Amino acid sequence: MSAHAPVEIAASGDTIAIRVCTGSGCAMNGSLAVADRFENAAEAAGLGNRIRVVRTGCHGLCERGPVVVVGETGIFYPVATEAMADAIIEHIASTGDLIVEEYLFRSPETGEPVAAYSDVPFNAAQRRVVLRNCGVIDPEDIDDALARGAYEGLRRVLHDFEPDALIEEMKASGLRGRGGAGFSTGQKWRFTRDAPGETKYVICNADEGDPGAFMDRSVIEGDPHSVLEGMTVAAYAIGATSGYVYVRAEYPLAVRRLRKAIEQARERGFLGQNVLGSGFSFDVRIKEGAGAFVCGEETALMASIEGERGMPRVRPPFPATSGLWGKPTCINNVETLANVSWIAAHGAEEYAAMGTGDSRGTKVFALTGKVRYSGLVEVPMGMTVRDLVFGIGGGCAEGHTVKAVQIGGPSGGCLPEHLMDTTIEYGTLAAVGAIVGSGGMVVVDEKTCMVDFARYFLSFTQDESCGKCVPCRIGTKRMLELVTDITEGRGEEGDIEKLERLARDVQRASLCGLGQTAPNPVLTTIRYFRDEYEEHIHDRTCRAGHCVELSRYVIDPELCKGCAVCKKHCPVGAIWGKVKEVHDISQDRCIKCGQCQESCPFDAISRV
Amino acid sequence: MSETETQKVCCKEDQGLDTAELAAELAAILARHADDPGALIAVLQETQRLAGYLPREALREIARARRTPLSHVYGVATFYSQFHLRPRGDRVVRICHGTACHVRGAPEVTRVVTEELGIKIGETTDDMAFTLESVACVGCCGLAPVMLVDGVTYGQLDVSETRRIASRLAEEAAIARGEAAPSAEDAE
Ligand SMILES: Cc1cc2nc3c(=O)[nH]c(=O)nc-3n(C[C@H](O)[C@H](O)[C@H](O)COP(=O)(O)O)c2cc1C
Ligand code: FES
Repeated sequence: MSAHAPVEIAASGDTIAIRVCTGSGCAMNGSLAVADRFENAAEAAGLGNRIRVVRTGCHGLCERGPVVVVGETGIFYPVATEAMADAIIEHIASTGDLIVEEYLFRSPETGEPVAAYSDVPFNAAQRRVVLRNCGVIDPEDIDDALARGAYEGLRRVLHDFEPDALIEEMKASGLRGRGGAGFSTGQKWRFTRDAPGETKYVICNADEGDPGAFMDRSVIEGDPHSVLEGMTVAAYAIGATSGYVYVRAEYPLAVRRLRKAIEQARERGFLGQNVLGSGFSFDVRIKEGAGAFVCGEETALMASIEGERGMPRVRPPFPATSGLWGKPTCINNVETLANVSWIAAHGAEEYAAMGTGDSRGTKVFALTGKVRYSGLVEVPMGMTVRDLVFGIGGGCAEGHTVKAVQIGGPSGGCLPEHLMDTTIEYGTLAAVGAIVGSGGMVVVDEKTCMVDFARYFLSFTQDESCGKCVPCRIGTKRMLELVTDITEGRGEEGDIEKLERLARDVQRASLCGLGQTAPNPVLTTIRYFRDEYEEHIHDRTCRAGHCVELSRYVIDPELCKGCAVCKKHCPVGAIWGKVKEVHDISQDRCIKCGQCQESCPFDAISRV
Repeated sequence: MSETETQKVCCKEDQGLDTAELAAELAAILARHADDPGALIAVLQETQRLAGYLPREALREIARARRTPLSHVYGVATFYSQFHLRPRGDRVVRICHGTACHVRGAPEVTRVVTEELGIKIGETTDDMAFTLESVACVGCCGLAPVMLVDGVTYGQLDVSETRRIASRLAEEAAIARGEAAPSAEDAE
C-alpha cells in the first residue's frame, strides 16, 4: 500500500459519489451543513448531475468526523468543513481529480498523506459484515440498500428453506447472540418454533443501555434494512407474524430512519401481507423506550412494551415459551439480526469460516476512551485485544500509556496491559473476568484511577437497579458506599474483603443479569489492580491524582513565574508567595476546588 | 409535591400553556390509544410532548380515561427517567456521563457547570432558566467529553472551555432577567 494513492481522474460521464457521514456523532459535529454545502457547490460549479451527495450512516472513524469519502476508490477527507467542501468541488471541477492533498489524512508515524479510506490504519484490519453498508448507502433510500444486496437473503430463505432447515442453517453458522449473553441464535429460534401457540412474536432489542456503546444505534442509523431483513428471516423461522423493535429513548435519529425503512420495505413487499409472494406475512412496529437501563433485559423489555414498569421477572418461563403478552417470543439484538441477514444471503459456511472455536463471525466494538482513534470497529472474532487497541485504535496519544481496557460496560471487566494478548472470544474473555458483552471497549491510561472507575460503573448500575430484588437493590448500594469511602479517603482495613464477599452474594442472589453482573467491574479491578485499592486505603493516596480527597494541588517551581494569578483566584487564601517568585499552596487551607490549576497561565499547577 | 413545587407548576401553566387546548389535545391522544392496553407509555410520551412535562392533572385524566388507578400511572411515569413530573427550565443543559466521557473528564466538566449555574445534576434553577441533567452516552464518544445545550453539542471540552460556555449561559440568563448589562465581550 503506497502512502500516495494514485490520482484518480474521474472519467467524464461517471457519477461521483460523495459520501458524507450523517450518523449521530458526525451530525453533531456539523456534517449536515457540510453535505448541503457539497451539493450547493456542485450545483454552482455545473457538476450537479455528475456529483451525488450520499448522506450515509457511520463510517467508523468518529474521532475524525465529519467524515467524507469521495468516489469509488474512497478518497478520505477527515474533519471536513464547509470551506473544504467548496475547495474539493472546485478542484474536481477544474481538474477532474478527486484528491486535494492538503486535506488528506496523514499517517501519524510518517506524516505522509493516506488517500484511500480503506488504507487508513484504522480500517486495514477490519472485516465488515454487520457494518457492510454503513457509510456506503443512504439509509433513507431503499434502492441504495437494494443495490448492495439488501433482502437477497430473505428472498433466498423464502425460496430455498423450510423453517426447520433454516434453523439448522443458523445453528451451523455458529452465530451467538450479540446482546450480551451469547446464546446460540439457532437454538433460541428452535425453542421458540417448538413452543406451542398460534401467535408468536419477534422482538429486536435496540435498547443499547451500555453507557459507552453505540454499535446498535450506528447499525440502525446506517443500514436499517439489514435489521428489518434479519427480523423477517427470524419470523419466518419461528412462525411469527408480527414483531417489535424496542428502541432506546435517546435515539431519535435511529427511530426516524427505522420508521422510514419500514414504510419503504412495506411498499416493496418485503414486509406486510404475503412477503415477496411467498404466502408468509410479517409486519413490524416500533416501540420507543422511556429511559431505563434494565429494560434491555428481555423480560423487563417485554413488560415495557406492554406499557408497564420495566421490571424483570424470574425465568423460566423463558420468553421462548411465554414472552410478550404470554406468547412465545424470540428476542434478538440488533447486531445479531444484522448478522442473520448476512448469513441468509451468504450461507452458514461462509459465516462460520470467520472467527475461531465457539466464537464465529465478527464483532462490532465501540472503541473509545484514551485511544487515538475512537470509533466503530468490526473485527473477526479471535483477534487479540492488543491488535484491536493498538493496531486499529492506534494506542494512546503521545506521552500516555495504556493501563487497562474495559470490555463489556457495566456488566464487564477491566483487562490490565499484560492480558492484552487475550483473544476476543466468549470463552477466553470470560476466563479473565471480562465479557464480549454488548461491545463497549474503553481504553484508559495512567490518569484513570481504577478504584474510581469501578465506582463509576457501580454508581451506574446502582442507579439503574429497578429495586425489585433485595440483593441488587441493597447489595449494589452497600458496595457503592464501600467503594466511595475508599475513593474519598475513608477506606478501612478489611474493606476489600468485604467488597469481595458482598460482590459474590450479589452475583449469586440477584434476580436478573443486571445484579448478577454489576459486581464485575469491582471484582476485576480488585483482581488486577488490588495495589491501587490498598494505596487508597492504607496510604491515602491515589496514584492517578484523580480522587480529589486523596490528592494535593502542587506548584511546579520550574514552571511557576510568580505571576500571582492563582493567588487571586484562590477563594480561601491558601496560596502565598511574592510576585515574580515561586508560589506555594498551603495544604491545610486548600479546599481542592481546582481554581488555581484552571487559572494558571503556565500550567504550573497539577494535582498529584 | 411540596408547596413551592406546586406553585411553580401553576405559574408555568399560567405563563404559556392554554389549559383548554391542552385538555383537547390530551383527549385526542387518549382517544387514539383507547383500544391498545399496552399504550400507557406511548400516551405519557405524547402527553409530555405537549407541555414538556407531565402535569398532575394530566396524570389524573390519563388514569381516569384508561380506567386504571392513578398510582399505576404514577408508578410507570416515575419508573422511567424520560418522564418529568415538574416543569423544566427554558434551557436544558445535559452533560454526558457515558464511560468515554467519564474517563476523558466529565466529572470536571460537571464541577464547572455546577459552579457556574448554581445547580446540581437533576435540578432546575429557581427562575426556571436552566435544568441540568446527565445522560449516558450520546454517541459521539470520539468528541468526549461532551455537553449538550438544548440541541447544540459541545465536544472535546476542557475546564476553561466549559467555564466559558457555562458562564456565558449564566450571563445570558441574567440579562434575560434584567439583572446584568450585556458585557463588553458580547458587544464586540
Ligand atoms: C441489565 C441488562 C441489560 C441488557 N441490555 C441489553 C441491551 O441493551 N441490548 C441487548 O440487545 N441486550 C441486552 N441485554 C440482553 C438481553 O436480555 C437478551 O439477552 C438479548 O437481547 C438477547 O438477544 P441476543 O440473543 O441476540 O443477544 C441486557 C441484559 C441485561 C440483564
Ligand atoms: S460517552 Fe459521552 S458520548 Fe459516548
